[in-house]
Amino acid sequence: MAELGPARSWRTGFFVCVWLLLFLSVSSGSRDVSGGNETSGEPARDTPEDPHHQTNSTAHKKAFPVLSFNYHDVRKPFVISLWILLALLMKLGFHVIPNISNVVPESCLLIGVGLLVGGIIKAIGEDAPVLDTKLFFHYLLPPIILDAGYFLPIRTFMENMGTILVFAVVGTLWNAFFIGGMIFAVCQIEGVQLASVDLLSCLLFGTIVSAVDPVAVLAVFEEIHINELLHILVFGESLLNDAVTVVLYHLFEEFSHAGTVTVVDGVLGVICFFVVSLGGVMVGAIYGILGAFTSRFTTHTRVIEPLFVFLYSYMAYLSAEVFHLSGIMSLIACGVVMRPYVEANVSHKSYTTIKYFLKMWSSVSETLIFIFLGVSTVAGPHAWNWTFVISTVLLCLVSRVLGVIGLTYIINKFRIVKLTKKDQFIVAYGGLRGAIAFSLGFLLTDKERKNMFLTAIITVIFFTVFVQGMTIRPLVELLAVKRKKESKPSINEEIHTQFLDHLLTGIEDICGHYGHHHWKDKLNRFNKTYVKKWLIAGERSTEPQLISFYNKMEMKQAMMLVESGSAAKLPSILSSVSMQNIQQRGSGNRRAIPSISKSREQEIRKILRSNLQKTRQRLRSYSRHDLMLDPFEDNVSEVRFRKQRVEMERRMSHYLTVPANRQETPSVRKVCFEPEHQVFTYDNSESPRGPRARPDPGPLDAVSLLSESQGPNKSREQKAKVPEEQEEQDQLKLSRCLSDPGPNQEEDIS
Amino acid sequence: MGALQSSPGQPEYVDLAKKTGFSFSQISVLHKRFLQLSHNGETLQRDHFNSIPDLACNPIRSQIIEAFFDRRNFRQNGEGPVEEIRFEEFLVVMSHFKPPSPRFVEEQRERVRREKLRFIFNMHDTDNDGTITLDEYRHVVDELLSLSEALEKDTAKSIADAAMLEVASTSMGHMEPDEFYEGITFEHFLKVGTQITHYYNTYVCKIDCLSKLAYSKCAFKYVIIVEYFAKSNKKSATFKESEK
Repeated sequence: MAELGPARSWRTGFFVCVWLLLFLSVSSGSRDVSGGNETSGEPARDTPEDPHHQTNSTAHKKAFPVLSFNYHDVRKPFVISLWILLALLMKLGFHVIPNISNVVPESCLLIGVGLLVGGIIKAIGEDAPVLDTKLFFHYLLPPIILDAGYFLPIRTFMENMGTILVFAVVGTLWNAFFIGGMIFAVCQIEGVQLASVDLLSCLLFGTIVSAVDPVAVLAVFEEIHINELLHILVFGESLLNDAVTVVLYHLFEEFSHAGTVTVVDGVLGVICFFVVSLGGVMVGAIYGILGAFTSRFTTHTRVIEPLFVFLYSYMAYLSAEVFHLSGIMSLIACGVVMRPYVEANVSHKSYTTIKYFLKMWSSVSETLIFIFLGVSTVAGPHAWNWTFVISTVLLCLVSRVLGVIGLTYIINKFRIVKLTKKDQFIVAYGGLRGAIAFSLGFLLTDKERKNMFLTAIITVIFFTVFVQGMTIRPLVELLAVKRKKESKPSINEEIHTQFLDHLLTGIEDICGHYGHHHWKDKLNRFNKTYVKKWLIAGERSTEPQLISFYNKMEMKQAMMLVESGSAAKLPSILSSVSMQNIQQRGSGNRRAIPSISKSREQEIRKILRSNLQKTRQRLRSYSRHDLMLDPFEDNVSEVRFRKQRVEMERRMSHYLTVPANRQETPSVRKVCFEPEHQVFTYDNSESPRGPRARPDPGPLDAVSLLSESQGPNKSREQKAKVPEEQEEQDQLKLSRCLSDPGPNQEEDIS
Repeated sequence: MGALQSSPGQPEYVDLAKKTGFSFSQISVLHKRFLQLSHNGETLQRDHFNSIPDLACNPIRSQIIEAFFDRRNFRQNGEGPVEEIRFEEFLVVMSHFKPPSPRFVEEQRERVRREKLRFIFNMHDTDNDGTITLDEYRHVVDELLSLSEALEKDTAKSIADAAMLEVASTSMGHMEPDEFYEGITFEHFLKVGTQITHYYNTYVCKIDCLSKLAYSKCAFKYVIIVEYFAKSNKKSATFKESEK
């Protein structure tokens, strides 16, 4: 609390800036942002800046204008950027204010800000931008869906696929018809003045309002961290119901113009559903395979690798939209298909880039969507009808609860891990509506009832996001729903999962039963023998999954070690078990140092070296197209570098535990780092078998490590929870990379 | 094939049902499968398992087959391998894969969970000494990776080492430098296995579906076809065995 003084002044300064920006954005005429539906022509009322234009055009001034003002040309990008900046500053602001973000989910806050901005714009008297459908569906929605699809937990998703599909398809159908039908019944009640609403319009309305929205679900569920099963159930449902929504929407819209429905139309509708969903998936899969295939050849142009991922996915989405197929499913399919192959092919940096760009774009999109939702609420013409709105909200709740309970009863007969009452409650409560419903409602062409429908939709959205979104977190805690376990990737788990898979496949074969495991196994084998060879470059195509998992883990540990060595201090270890406790005594020829494939080794080396030898890199020339291994920005000074080097040495020396029986080298050796003079490379030609810890590592003028025989006692107070063997391996790798008696002092980073 | 048409008497099944928890229809389906695998004999031997064509591509095939012939899995507190098994033992081993009945209380479920983990533990612990040593774990990883060609053998060893270290770290906490970690005992395995049982419980194969298989004519034809392939693949399977 001692920093309250400066913190407060920062905060006030921050808010002043934000409000200034707000005023600027509002007054600069935000009309241009909307697609054109709501724009009137150029308004008669001038904005404050416009009069400035006049000064340049008068003829009697002959002097050359040193400073001129021409806002008109850059208006559109300027305003767009301003809006995005505003949105992000708002997001930032919520975390500056303490305690708000614990109670209120971010989506609510953003809608609130949108309402505020909309109110200000309206108070000034201008037309506020509305969440244009084209803008939403083509620019704002795809990044969120791609982010979700690319990082979808495949295993859980496939395990629960049946459940998810039942909820998505049958659940949405039930919701749509129930809400539509009941609303029609309500409209027929005397004295409500809604008799003009016919059945088809009601059904159309029911369709729009019944779809669970992925954006809202993601926004709320991400903050409450429930267990993976529930998360994937609700989220998967929100993704897969897009096909149903698309088909029903187009169906009812066509019919409401035509007026009558026949059985043939119904059958065609069903066929259309299958075409839309399966077609969408196929389009996505094709683009995914293309993307994976392209990534195979990008070894020399690493910089543009992420772009392939993004562009192929976006093309998949747009191509699906061309044929009125389900764009969301296409995007998901593309991400899912592309991911394993792309990850095997791209460099580590590209992988990080892809990850962060996706997260960044989806975050921006989400923020903008919620803000625009708020602004549109204030802006749009409303037609409030108490009966209609209240009954819509009630019916939504009721139908959702009934639907979930009924479907779970049926589904539980086929599930081994049944869904409990708590699970059902969370699934029902998590059915949030969001911007997709709003945009679909916006597309309605029927003017007279459109406003009423829109009002009802907005009310439902507000209700679900605010009421349900805010209360779901305390409810989750109250009901003690299982939370997501933060577990590190564990090699044991991976081994046993694979073992179990094979075991159960084997048992199925012995029973003669062609079940779930059998087909999964067949698919895996097909993937391994044919697909991987085509889509993955180089030697990694034959790498078994366990090995790649292990390598990934090692890489992560190496990165963590190096990063923590240069910045913060390592967390303390809890366990002092090391390799020598496990190795059997007397087994002399067993190596303590494991080996991994050469290319991985080189990558790890590069990473480690780049961190320990930063001074060299500052001398290189800068080129925009080179992918330079950039030094960490916060360690520039030489003094700090040396200090950290010493720290690192000390830590490394504490970690190294060479098993007692293997000590064929003198127990204490000198440590000397000489980064400026000796840059060692791993020379492939030198040792054909790859890096092994040779018992006597050559000339002692090279860097060698202090081998610790005092045991890990000292280190326990200060050190890491990183599994010690990983540390040790990294140290040994480090020793190898630095102690290679490489006579060639060539450039290490090329 | 005439034996398959007549269903064995119900009274024989009552004991088995009580012992293993299977229903009568499930037992009869499994009996049919047993007779088919053993070519209508009374006992099954290892060769009969080797003749199943789909099993040939399974990397841990030998361990699975060994599990069927391991007395520790017969629930009779015996130990050591046997050479042949009767239908009763076959059924007992199969019952390890049954999901727990929904009517079970928590303590029964706990018992079932322990039994399943014990089964897997027995599969790993090949020398019956109650612990999984580093060698045995290495063998497990080797088997898992056995199907991929041209592998550096040391990677398998290092994976096993890392895994062993993880278990040791989580279960032992603190060890002196000259203490020696004998191996994973069943208690440690239980600790590691809490997440595995989750998978296990969700992944248990649905033996109920087999009852549908038995009553359809297509299944009958399928049975014939499988037998034909089994015979023709027996040669190639044994050939593969000798290659290894």
